[in-house]
Amino acid sequence: MNTDASPMIRFVNVNKWYGRDHHVLKNINLEVRQGEVVVVCGPSGSGKSTLIRTINQLEPINNGEIWVDGIRANDPRTNINKLREEVGFVFQHFNLYPHLSVLDNITLAPIQVKKIPKDLAERTAMELLERVGLANKKDAYPANLSGGQQQRVAIARGLAMNPQVMLFDEPTSALDPEMIGEVLAVMKQLAESGMTMMVVTHEMGFAREVADRVVFLDQGVILEDAKPEQFFTDPQTDRAKQFLRQILAPMHQ
Amino acid sequence: MTLNLNWGILLEESATGDGPYWTLLATGLQWTLATALTGWVIALLVGSIVGVLRTLPYRPLALLGDIYVEVFRNIPLLVQLFFWFFVWPEVVPQEIGRWMKQDMPYPEFITAALGLGWFTAARVAEQVKSGILSLPRGQKNAALALGFSLPQTYRLVILPQAFRVVIPPLTSEFMNIFKNSAAALAIGLTELTFQMKQMVEYSNEVIVSIAAVTTIYMTLAFAVNRGMAWLEKKARVPGMIGGGR
Repeated sequence: MNTDASPMIRFVNVNKWYGRDHHVLKNINLEVRQGEVVVVCGPSGSGKSTLIRTINQLEPINNGEIWVDGIRANDPRTNINKLREEVGFVFQHFNLYPHLSVLDNITLAPIQVKKIPKDLAERTAMELLERVGLANKKDAYPANLSGGQQQRVAIARGLAMNPQVMLFDEPTSALDPEMIGEVLAVMKQLAESGMTMMVVTHEMGFAREVADRVVFLDQGVILEDAKPEQFFTDPQTDRAKQFLRQILAPMHQ
Repeated sequence: MTLNLNWGILLEESATGDGPYWTLLATGLQWTLATALTGWVIALLVGSIVGVLRTLPYRPLALLGDIYVEVFRNIPLLVQLFFWFFVWPEVVPQEIGRWMKQDMPYPEFITAALGLGWFTAARVAEQVKSGILSLPRGQKNAALALGFSLPQTYRLVILPQAFRVVIPPLTSEFMNIFKNSAAALAIGLTELTFQMKQMVEYSNEVIVSIAAVTTIYMTLAFAVNRGMAWLEKKARVPGMIGGGR
């Protein structure tokens, strides 16, 4: 089990290439402590989605080490399926299973992977649906839900495995503006409950309000790793300054 | 020109000594049904496995699936049936070959059902593969990210969706297997078309014989079509392909 001293997620000299020439992650060193909320931001193509996907090995890495809760994720001897049970993942495009009801979406993995009895899994699922405000939608199919609702179900689906860490890959980027708030509210509530979270997002309001640290990535390199206040008021690199100008006031450059 | 059609011939005693002509056709229908349905079960099983193999992230297995499809799809069904019936028993170890030729029960039926099944499996594999590839990549990732093994991912997430997508093309293959079973007359299976030829020869009522058998084939195909349409409707899920009308 994890102690407070050792990090929940640790990158050690991680490198990844797409093909031979595209060096997408360059010598990444990063630690996320238990209960910490880290926002990862950066321009498009900076490697932030790739970075977060390497943690549960949806993207393999070429060299370096990734540790999750004291287990080395990129060790071929590691049972990667077991490790993934501990790491919830929320996708930009929700990726709910369209052939299953909301309730079945949430209970499928607990029942099939963790072998939890159906009635217990359903009770847990209902509690989680209650928490994300969608208990009345348990029998609906994903296609009948709005984007914001689908993403909240996806978060509940991840939480149903009772993970140690939750990873979010641009969870609000595919949403209509008026639905972003409901998803961020659920994430904020989750952060306050003490969940370790790593969030790729451009929602700077969320970063400012909820994150413990902001990591700024550009061309596969971590350029900034700072507390939100420091990142927003006093970024150290010109690239980050430019990025913040563009993202905070896109009309005035 | 006047057509002199004697529909009553169906009820007349046949010259083969097997009862009235309609019983000839009934026997044929039984073998057609048995061959097509057995073949279909084999085709679905083998075709699903081969189709899945071709989408796996393991090169050798995918290649194996590709080879299967190329071989079975590129050789005429009739040639395949001849191969299994006449050539195969000669190439296998002598003991087995002798058993096939002498002691294997219903050799024509078994050869026809297997041959038809393997042939159709290549076509089913093609449909299953395209069904799997039509799904968004995120579906697989979402399952893997929750800790599902690859087999679980296929069984619980990918295949239930892929099969829904390919019900319409599979319907065509299911109908085809009934029609293709007529090729089995070449290895002597007394299926419907074989019996039609018998009836033509003995009764000389060419048009009536062919018309009767045509009607039976059309009814079979129609029934399959309706059955699959029912299945498609039953399996329909809101928002998935096939729901739009």
